[in-house]
Amino acid sequence: MIVFIIRRLVGAVLLLFVVSAVTFSIFFVVPRLAGATAEDLASRYVGKTADEQQVRQMADKLGFHDPLVVQYGRFAKGIVAGADYDYGPAAEHCPAPCFGYSFLTQAPVWPDLLDRLPVTASLAAGASAIWLLAGVATGVISALRRGSIFDRAAMGVALAGVSLPIFFTGLLALGIFSYTLGVTAPGSSYTALAEDPAQWAYDLILPWITIAFLYAAGYARLTSSGMLETMSEDFIRTARAKGLPERTVVLKHGLRATLTPIVTIFGLDVGLLLGGAILTESTFSLNGIGRYAILAIGANDLPKVMGVTMVAAFFIVLANLVVDILYAVVDPRVRLT
Amino acid sequence: MTGTEDMAGTARDRPEDFLTVRDLRVHFPTDDGLVRAVDGVSFRLQRGRTLGIVGESGSGKSVASLAVMGLHSGGPARISGEIWLDGEELVGASAERVRRLRGAKMAMIFQDPLSAMHPFYTVGAQIIEAYRIHNDVRRSVARAHAIDLLARVGIPEPASRVDDYPHQFSGGMRQRAMIAMALSCDPELLIADEPTTALDVTVQAQILDLIRELQAEFHSAVIIITHDLGVVAELADDVLVMYAGKPVEYGSATDLFDLPQHPYTWGLLGSMPRLDRDRSERLLPIPGTPPSLITVPPGCAFHPRCGHTDAVGTACREKVPELTEVAPEHRIACHLGAAQRERIWRTEIAPKL
Repeated sequence: MIVFIIRRLVGAVLLLFVVSAVTFSIFFVVPRLAGATAEDLASRYVGKTADEQQVRQMADKLGFHDPLVVQYGRFAKGIVAGADYDYGPAAEHCPAPCFGYSFLTQAPVWPDLLDRLPVTASLAAGASAIWLLAGVATGVISALRRGSIFDRAAMGVALAGVSLPIFFTGLLALGIFSYTLGVTAPGSSYTALAEDPAQWAYDLILPWITIAFLYAAGYARLTSSGMLETMSEDFIRTARAKGLPERTVVLKHGLRATLTPIVTIFGLDVGLLLGGAILTESTFSLNGIGRYAILAIGANDLPKVMGVTMVAAFFIVLANLVVDILYAVVDPRVRLT
Repeated sequence: MTGTEDMAGTARDRPEDFLTVRDLRVHFPTDDGLVRAVDGVSFRLQRGRTLGIVGESGSGKSVASLAVMGLHSGGPARISGEIWLDGEELVGASAERVRRLRGAKMAMIFQDPLSAMHPFYTVGAQIIEAYRIHNDVRRSVARAHAIDLLARVGIPEPASRVDDYPHQFSGGMRQRAMIAMALSCDPELLIADEPTTALDVTVQAQILDLIRELQAEFHSAVIIITHDLGVVAELADDVLVMYAGKPVEYGSATDLFDLPQHPYTWGLLGSMPRLDRDRSERLLPIPGTPPSLITVPPGCAFHPRCGHTDAVGTACREKVPELTEVAPEHRIACHLGAAQRERIWRTEIAPKL
């Protein structure tokens, strides 16, 4: 088990290096291959009024004339150990993990990301808890009452949930609950959990439900089909033959076996969501990672985009690792080697 | 008087019978029609005795035993008839009442112990669970009981194996653990549904020995369901042969093996390989396949596969034979006359077996 975790951790680090190399290539190698010169790249880092001389100096300073390997080394070193930038008047130290400075605000990217991470994490935590509970509960009931009105209604709603985009359901929810009924926050507000937990939940409940609606649908269908399969297994008949009450048969024996694949998908979904819920954050004007990314892309602010890419990749790799380890906890037949 | 009434009697008439099943019918309505999985089965069983129910796949033997356990409840099955267990009628009893008897007074061993045990719980946890449903004891007490049971069914180092998962056991060990689970509450009725089918031949004999020993120890009534007449010969006191959901022959194991009367039983006996015969006579399979339970052949359900219908005429195709007593405590459902059966058995069947 320990060996497995160490090996997977090493693998995860290697994977992140590959991701960083790909990210680096997209932003610094591909443009060069497409014909951009070192000066073209450097022109982003100087003011709009800069002359050719200044641009060339900047290109030298940023090392755009160096071999690509050296450039990547510097990029990777910045993330791992921090980097020093010399912007003329005074050299500035950018502590690790350094993704550089925003083109527009000259602010370092990493503190920005740290600022926004709690919003995205809160969004992911609340939404995932809701969709897991709602989805699995709906799925179980649907499977047990197969063909009933509940089953058909739930599966109909589930179909709507998967089909409707967030910017539609989100706006609809905002329109009804915030603007017409006034029972939920009107968006664009976020209170830290530590500051005021009730306010935190009040601000986020609508985005939570909106995301959960999308995901719960899939989980309900997955749980329902899994339960239908599990409940016809021999070990369920054994559980009944022991004289267990039906409730125990379903929850302890049936659901337990059905949950295994759900754990996998849940881990990956949460990992993906931690990298930014772009549509939800935009719809509800929440300053999370996703909104940060979309604004940065719109403004062509490369360092920010790189930062978000690396953070998102980190969470997905982490989620994969956690899922692999959880799998062995959930299913004793799995040997971690 | 029909055979059914005759053989079962009423529960009051026969207080010594621990289990009495009378005219049990289990029907499943499906989109294709009504499946008559069990259609009029009766038998009785005393404590300390073993009944073997024999038949091919789809003859209704497992469905009948699941009905005794009340495991069809909540499903689509329509059940009629009577099941008396120790003076208590079960078909009309509430599902909750039958659930309380299940696992405590009657227990079941299933065919494939790997799929019949929950893969995510340890063997011990599953035995403990079975014990604690019906006994209000602390977990530590139940655990000691589980270790005790595992030792009794012959599992080495039970104190450590109790924490193993089913996949860490071998096939034979799993079936032993399954038996330990079934025995956890000292059931008075034990139903074993093809307990050795999924096991190696060498392990089969051990498991059968174990069942026999435990039966002697617990003095329980045992129903053993199998398609293997060898298993029946090994364990059973009485044998019920089923075909297409109906009983075709019912009698003591001695009678049934010494003087089988029904052509289907002859077929089953012929289907047991005999290595001491010529290669061409070692195995005499029954021609054809078991009928669909939706469109059971009219008359005697076995007539399309029976080699002796010529001796009877049209009755085989038109009239359902009733289970009638042909010798003391020996009943068959066949239109062949006693003399014909005697002649066919002596001249055609016995010499080849």
